[in-house]
Amino acid sequence: MRFLHPPPVRRLPLTGEQPATVVGGEAANGFVSAPRRRVGASPLAVERMNVDQLSIAYGPKLAVDTVSLPIRQGEVLALIGPSGCGKTTLLRSLNRLTELTKTASMKGRITLDGVDTATLEPTALRRRVTMVFQQPNPFPMSVFDNVAYVLREQASRRPKKRVLHGAVASALERAGLYDEVKGDLSHPALRLSGGQQQRLCIARALAADPEVLLLDEPCSALDPQSTQVIEDLIVQLREQVAVVIVTHNLQQAYRIADYVAFMYLGELVEYGPADQVFGSPREQRTAEYVSGGFG
Amino acid sequence: MSAAAPPAAPVPPPTEPAQRRSARDSSASWRLSDRIGLAFAWTLGIGFLIVTAAIVLYMMVQGLRFIRPALFVTSPAAGFSESETGGFLDPLLGTIVVAAMAMAIAFPLGLAIAVWLSEYGRPSALARATESTVEMLAGTPSIVFALFGTLLFEQGALALFSRTNDGVVYGRSFFAAAAMLSLVALPLVVANVREGLQAIPGHVREASYAVGKTKLTTTRRVLLPAARPSVVTGAMLGVGRIIGDTAIIVLLLGATLRFNPAGDVPLLSELRGTGSTLTSFVYANAPTGEANQPTKAYAAGFVLLSMVLLLNVAVDVAARRGRRWR
Repeated sequence: MRFLHPPPVRRLPLTGEQPATVVGGEAANGFVSAPRRRVGASPLAVERMNVDQLSIAYGPKLAVDTVSLPIRQGEVLALIGPSGCGKTTLLRSLNRLTELTKTASMKGRITLDGVDTATLEPTALRRRVTMVFQQPNPFPMSVFDNVAYVLREQASRRPKKRVLHGAVASALERAGLYDEVKGDLSHPALRLSGGQQQRLCIARALAADPEVLLLDEPCSALDPQSTQVIEDLIVQLREQVAVVIVTHNLQQAYRIADYVAFMYLGELVEYGPADQVFGSPREQRTAEYVSGGFG
Repeated sequence: MSAAAPPAAPVPPPTEPAQRRSARDSSASWRLSDRIGLAFAWTLGIGFLIVTAAIVLYMMVQGLRFIRPALFVTSPAAGFSESETGGFLDPLLGTIVVAAMAMAIAFPLGLAIAVWLSEYGRPSALARATESTVEMLAGTPSIVFALFGTLLFEQGALALFSRTNDGVVYGRSFFAAAAMLSLVALPLVVANVREGLQAIPGHVREASYAVGKTKLTTTRRVLLPAARPSVVTGAMLGVGRIIGDTAIIVLLLGATLRFNPAGDVPLLSELRGTGSTLTSFVYANAPTGEANQPTKAYAAGFVLLSMVLLLNVAVDVAARRGRRWR
């Protein structure tokens, strides 16, 4: 069912309706020439998820308005846009976390490797499309158990420690945390530093061997140094999993993303390679946002 | 008049935010009404402290005067002098038994209700009704539970749980007392566990759902361990309430100071029979009571008070440890 009463969508006063003419390069945003984490063209990209005509509303309020975009392994996709533009909602809909909100309703189709996610068990889907949150949120248990929790069958305590050790170590390794914690895997996770906690959360998300990794502003609660470590990590991870990251930080999006989707008031305004979106955006609104005009 | 004096304390550099002054510095510059209020608060606070300390100290002194190791290992007996009336072995065991039985009911039930209210809450009408019911239980005087319990356990269908003579169900037993006492402890368990669960930020739950775990798994493996201090607090406060309750014990456990088994089955007969706890022992031995052995009452009261104080300390320790969620 389509929304009966689509809410009014406020639009920016545009100077002209024609596709925007954009001020190029440095004049628009000084960071375009800044160093980037990713180097060279993205490796061979494989499409893992596809979002088709997706609309999500909380009660009568439309949060995501007919958005379509692909999500590919081998690329980092950054969702950018001002607060409340629906990027987090879009991200959460990818592993059906939006369903936890009672008032949320969804229209459209999301596929994972060609299969409609609506037909999958939510728990099975969420093991294949895992998520890392804004606040580091390790569980109140040891570093080892945080990762092992994901590997074990629901609430069971099996298999035992020894059997899981390899898988836990490899997940911690992929999250770049293993060297720091290998001395004492029984250390309480809540006593790690903020950046380590967030990498533990990434390790937890990777432990299930997902196809897609969703990151919801993973660095916004961290200091610049931890941020740098995690950004490096994200760029490395894109070859193993499809990475989607929501970020408020345009510089961050520019540093790590291969593709950028700019959302505004629930609409997908522009989707394209990072260089194009930041360097020569097609839409006036994108140009204004990436140059700090609003948001 | 200094009533409306501006904050006159020396604030060194004007660029820095005003430094926090000590209470003594600032109260001198307060308005008169505020200073009267402050004095009133201090007086009342100290007054209550004195009253509490007086009760505790008096009971400690009296208790220590009259307590003997022998009291812990001898059963109460009928008699006229101190040397004849024995100790409080049976009441002490009775207290432990009744607390264990009541918590065996109240703890799992309270935990389940709290988890359901906090994590599921559906159907919401039923959840709201349960919430107010639990609040109502918390406000009900225990003598009302006791009265209800006597009516309930006198029913023929519940004859298994107490002594029966010629088809008349006596209605008083450890079972009856524990069942009603569990209602006293239930609201404390529910409130504390629920509070602990609700203090856990929502994104912690979502982090568990986001790796494919179900709600039940999340609750068992993440939320309840995170809320452990609150769970322990709830259980201990519940035990404290149970061992301190008198009305239910007097009405439902009966007036026998010794264990008075009903039947032949070893353990069951004791639980079906009547007995006493420290509270009913104090009640019976108080100067107004039937046994009237005040020194025994003081000793038992001292033991009871120590148990409750220890529980409170344990609650404090449990609550202070591991409140690591923002």
